[in-house]
Amino acid sequence: MTVSRILPLVLLAALATFLGLNLGRPQQATVRSAMVGKPAPAFALPGLAGEPGLRQADLATGRPVLVNLFASWCLPCRVEAPQLAALRRAGVVIHGIALRDRPEDVAAFLARHGNPFGRIGLDADGRVAVGFGSSGVPETFLIDGQGIIRAQHIGEIRPEDVPKILKELRRWG
Amino acid sequence: MGLRAAAWAMALGLVGAAPPPDGWGVTPLPDPRQEAAARRLMHELRCLTCQNQSIAESNAPQAETMRALVRERIRAGRSPEDVRAELIERYGDWVSFRPPPRPDTWLLWAMPVVALGLGAVVVRRLLR
Repeated sequence: MTVSRILPLVLLAALATFLGLNLGRPQQATVRSAMVGKPAPAFALPGLAGEPGLRQADLATGRPVLVNLFASWCLPCRVEAPQLAALRRAGVVIHGIALRDRPEDVAAFLARHGNPFGRIGLDADGRVAVGFGSSGVPETFLIDGQGIIRAQHIGEIRPEDVPKILKELRRWG
Repeated sequence: MGLRAAAWAMALGLVGAAPPPDGWGVTPLPDPRQEAAARRLMHELRCLTCQNQSIAESNAPQAETMRALVRERIRAGRSPEDVRAELIERYGDWVSFRPPPRPDTWLLWAMPVVALGLGAVVVRRLLR
């Protein structure tokens, strides 16, 4: 048997191995926002009853802030509540965007898990989340004093993430 | 709204301007040509929560939000490529199932031609 006869078989075996290994692996890549490094999108969201809401201008105040996308229906958002409280105690300004949520449910969620937020905007149709390049909740964006998005944290903030986020805030402040 | 007021609103185009009660995420556009263009684009945009489905196929709330965005933009007269570019600006190339023709993607686009050429060489050698 010559090399030219064996070569196709070797290639086929290599392809089969590649496909076999990769087909068995669930493919769910994290889609990072392409908005990091760009200014926060223009938006103006209504707030809870009797509260001011959140708009783009609230994010460019000369000092870095966090914008936390959350929802009362989101379980990991409950998990990260103590970490948001810790950041708040460290003097960090955190604004909240409640995704596809009802005001009464948001109020109940905050009453139960604590309210670390300076301002809260209600993104009822999820359009502002798309503006940030967000692909779900919870997600947290770091916005610098000029209103430029500098970092994105996907998923719940775990206790070990708190020092990293504080360091990142100092870097942009 | 009384009948007369409704007639006036319609005459002034106000009724057409209001979004449908269920939103553009589930309601097709009144103009069939615009709806067809919007749908073509929806089939080429990736749902971010259920990634291997397009936003046309997915039931995820985020897909509905993105469908509404696509329909609104198309309705306002923007071109599908313009809307695709807007979403790529937010999510990167990954949001589109159609890779953009760019210097760093030429190999990808050239691959079918290259594969066909290689196949032709193999067939010629076998037939000789």
